[in-house]
Amino acid sequence: MTSGLSISGEGLRRTFKKSGFGLDVEYVEAEAGSVLAILGPSGSGKSTLLTVLGLLEEPDAGTVRLGGQAVTTHDREARRKMAAVFQRPYLFKGSVSANVEYGLVSHGVAKSERRSRVTAALARVGLEGYEDRSALALSGGEAQRVSLARALVLEPRVLLLDEPLASLDPLLKEQLTRDFASILRDAGVTVVYVTHDQNEAMVVCDKVAVMKDGRIVSVGTVIEVMDLPADEWVASFLGAEAPLQGEVTRVEDGLIWIGCCGIEIAAVGDVRPGQAVLFGIHAEDVLLFEGGHALPTTSARNQLPARVIQLSPRGSTYRAVLQVGGARISASVSRSAVREMGLLEGSEVLAVFKATAVAVRPLADSEPGSDASASGLN
Amino acid sequence: MQIFVDAFREGWAALTSGGIIDVWTIVITSLRVSVFAVMVALVIGIPVGLVVGTKRFIGWRAALIIFNSGMGLPPVVVGLLVAMTLSRRGPLGFLDLLYSQNAIVIAQVIISVPIVMAITAASVASVPRELRLQARSLGASSMRVSLLTLSEARMGLLAAVAGGFGAIISEVGAATMVGGNIAGQTRVMTTAMVQYTRMGRYGYALSLAIVLMTIVIGVNVIITSMQTSAEKWEAEGR
Repeated sequence: MTSGLSISGEGLRRTFKKSGFGLDVEYVEAEAGSVLAILGPSGSGKSTLLTVLGLLEEPDAGTVRLGGQAVTTHDREARRKMAAVFQRPYLFKGSVSANVEYGLVSHGVAKSERRSRVTAALARVGLEGYEDRSALALSGGEAQRVSLARALVLEPRVLLLDEPLASLDPLLKEQLTRDFASILRDAGVTVVYVTHDQNEAMVVCDKVAVMKDGRIVSVGTVIEVMDLPADEWVASFLGAEAPLQGEVTRVEDGLIWIGCCGIEIAAVGDVRPGQAVLFGIHAEDVLLFEGGHALPTTSARNQLPARVIQLSPRGSTYRAVLQVGGARISASVSRSAVREMGLLEGSEVLAVFKATAVAVRPLADSEPGSDASASGLN
Repeated sequence: MQIFVDAFREGWAALTSGGIIDVWTIVITSLRVSVFAVMVALVIGIPVGLVVGTKRFIGWRAALIIFNSGMGLPPVVVGLLVAMTLSRRGPLGFLDLLYSQNAIVIAQVIISVPIVMAITAASVASVPRELRLQARSLGASSMRVSLLTLSEARMGLLAAVAGGFGAIISEVGAATMVGGNIAGQTRVMTTAMVQYTRMGRYGYALSLAIVLMTIVIGVNVIITSMQTSAEKWEAEGR
């Protein structure tokens, strides 16, 4: 097993004259041995950023650093420390073993060693005994595993993955996501993982960078980015709630109380009274109870009267948008709970959630206070 | 119909027991010249076709138009230009190549290079750019990426070989103009067939026609079987 190298990009610019698309990334870094997911919709520049970081494409400006050293596309030694897996496996004509062996030949590995490394790499991705099969006769999942083995066999210090599971059916995707996460953890390499699927990103990665129109608009740990999206667009892209803006009114018993739109919400955080904050509540953490009924014993500090203003199915659950005072929050409700409570649009309910379920961060001076919370304030 | 029977009898005798003409000397000359010419055409045409098919540069469109037009280049025009170039008063007259096998090779290379280039360019252009990017991402040098691209386009390359060889082994105009159809030296199958037909020696012409058709069909059978067996293996796995 090899150890990962950090990879970073600084001031990366790349413009495509025909489409007019421009990559413009101030700074991005995947720390050594970590998994950085680059999330974003189609056409946001994720793949371009990956090819630039992978030294497969020359940027118009900016610096790529590998292990702290500035490197360029002409630096073949640096390129050899990395390997990539793309959305489509792009297996070469020939046998599975010839495919997995391809990079080893480029790396000058002796023939005797190549065979054993190919066998080990195929075993690692669960394809023992596939050596002599034609690469073009494999199923989609097998082909993507071969593509991963072809990269892993090189023992790269940095692995670049460009939507490696996007072309697979949902069942296979779920299984391979788990497999990929475990293989990547065991490999100990630094991984840059491009995807437009946040569920895939959450299983696999440590940090997330969200891209829009060639720029990184949000970066942080999965919890940071998902719990309290940077703005309304990021929230909507991630399927999370848009952040609300409020002000800390008091600090009591280790809790902070945030005043917002005529209500007060208890949260946990290290914020001074008077400080403006952004906060968000995960829909999955909000419980609904029928209004006027006695509540079961609960330690949840937030018990707020609310009205259901929208109720829509989301797979196996319902998403209820609630008007709480002047703010809107969402709750995820099971189908059976909706039935039992007779929940309808217009129902009066009690929204209950713990102080620890509220994600809070102080509002930075540079942030446009009113814009960030536009949807929440209403 | 008797004319066909008589011609076949005479031709068969020429092929099996020899006769006034040495059919096999003509066949060997033909093969030697055309195989050498197609090899030179492949050495020139494949790399140029690879560049045109995979890279974009200033004048790329013009280059593609020239190669595609070159596929329809009339052999007699090539023959005329090569004959003038190699004639005593021509710019390369000092080489004294006119009416030699080398002159035929030069003309045949000029005829087949555009065919090889155009078919190679079209074949490698169909290899996805991402596949080359994938190879680069695995640490491959530019040379290995090029070889991989050619290997991925090998069905098309076999077509380029067949197309290039087919165009020159059956070509007659340029071979006559720059070779001169000299017995034992520059007489190839097609030029000999023209001459014997003119002389009314249909049997000799027919014997050469049989050999020529056998070679053309044989080459295509070999190439097609290489293509289909490779495709079958790729599709079926083991």
